[in-house]
Amino acid sequence: MSQPKIELRGVKKSFDDKVVLNGVDLTVEEGEAVVIIGGSGSGKSVLLKHIIRLLRPDAGQVVIDGVDINQLDFREITEFRRRFGMAFQEGALFDSMTVWENVAFPLQRSRRFKARQIRERVTECLAMVDLEGAEEKMPSELSGGMRRRVGFARAIALEPKILLFDEPTTGLDPVIKKTIDDIILHLKDSLHSTTVTITHDMASAFRIADRIAMLHDGKIIAAASPEEFRSVDNPYIQEFISGAQIEH
Amino acid sequence: MQRLLDFFSGLGRFFQILWRVLLWTPRPPYDVKQLVLQMGRVGVQSVPVVALTALFTGMVMSLQTATVLLRFNAERYVGSIVALSMVRELSCVIGGLVVAGRCGSAMGAELGTMRVTEQIDALEVLATDPIHYLMVPRVWATALTLPMLVVLGDVIGVWGGYVISVNLLGANPVSYMSTTYQYLDLKDLLSGVIKAAVFGLLIAQIGCQMGFYTEGGAAGVGRSTTRAVVVASVAILISDFFLTKILF
Repeated sequence: MSQPKIELRGVKKSFDDKVVLNGVDLTVEEGEAVVIIGGSGSGKSVLLKHIIRLLRPDAGQVVIDGVDINQLDFREITEFRRRFGMAFQEGALFDSMTVWENVAFPLQRSRRFKARQIRERVTECLAMVDLEGAEEKMPSELSGGMRRRVGFARAIALEPKILLFDEPTTGLDPVIKKTIDDIILHLKDSLHSTTVTITHDMASAFRIADRIAMLHDGKIIAAASPEEFRSVDNPYIQEFISGAQIEH
Repeated sequence: MQRLLDFFSGLGRFFQILWRVLLWTPRPPYDVKQLVLQMGRVGVQSVPVVALTALFTGMVMSLQTATVLLRFNAERYVGSIVALSMVRELSCVIGGLVVAGRCGSAMGAELGTMRVTEQIDALEVLATDPIHYLMVPRVWATALTLPMLVVLGDVIGVWGGYVISVNLLGANPVSYMSTTYQYLDLKDLLSGVIKAAVFGLLIAQIGCQMGFYTEGGAAGVGRSTTRAVVVASVAILISDFFLTKILF
């Protein structure tokens, strides 16, 4: 059996007295699309930040491609992160740069591409997220949905093997939510990447997931395919799903 | 007790980040564009305020020393005292404090905003060490340009003293200029330049550090900005004592 792409082993994290993660175990196989759901403040974003070492666990291990990333020094982790692409909730675009410069940034920093290749790749990435013609706009001129799509384009510029999405559809209208979901599915298929998405939007989770994991009380209380997940015998999960259905 | 712990934790971070700034400096990619941009912001844009401060400091020095030295019939030494005070002490300390207020605060606010809008996280995710990309050019730009500003301040301050002594107090211009240079040697000038370089490093590093560790949204950015100025100003005054002790 091949080694998992991402493996979290007993990850614990507290902020002051508040325990956020209390022994999270999760495995993501290569090419799999896992969606982590959970209520607001359940620690989903904290969990995602551990996968790319924006946060370090108080205890436990985060193993990517067989490497415990918390054992890497600051130069090694900088190189290691080239395997990842991450799209932030609000885009986290560099506000002093245009859309083009934002998407070109990782390509220029990697020093592997010539100017012509960078131009082509930026155009390609912006086309993938339906944003041709927005190259010269500043982030402040974009709507929330557009900012997220630029964030996606920037995240995929280096064709990463692992894509992380932080609440990609929160606060968007249903039509744009559907568009964002379609873009995520398209990116996953075209790049053959492993994706981890966190959301509390159940409709979105059922659309894009191969497997759904529920984070509650600092632990993963269930992880199953979308079909199995609907019938998991857990009152909290059933309440979460039915609440989401009422909302939608 | 908590404040004491915070102080030592901040001091530890200071040296840790300084070490990383030095480690990253010789490593590519070299961001010459950012370095030049920051030198413009710190150097060129600070010229008016530093020149004005130095001019009035030199003028006040001339008035004060002339009044006192007149009592001892030693007014011919006004030029020497103004020049030595400006070159050895006043120009670099006052220039440093002005740049701390103008640029240290700006760095704190800029990095603080980047932190709370997840732009610093985005840099890390894009395999770019924020210390390499954000701090290295700012620290070197400030450490290199503050000495230039200070030399300019020396010249303007001495000229301000000359204008007041000659035009307002009736000193002989030839005698004034000869006593100005009589007791001034290269070591005096160099000590001011060395101090300015150290102050530049302190201002940028403290400004960046305060911004980098910002917590708590817009209010946190405000706190970081204030702290950047206060801590850098205190650091300038304390380090000035030790540098003076070492250099003379």
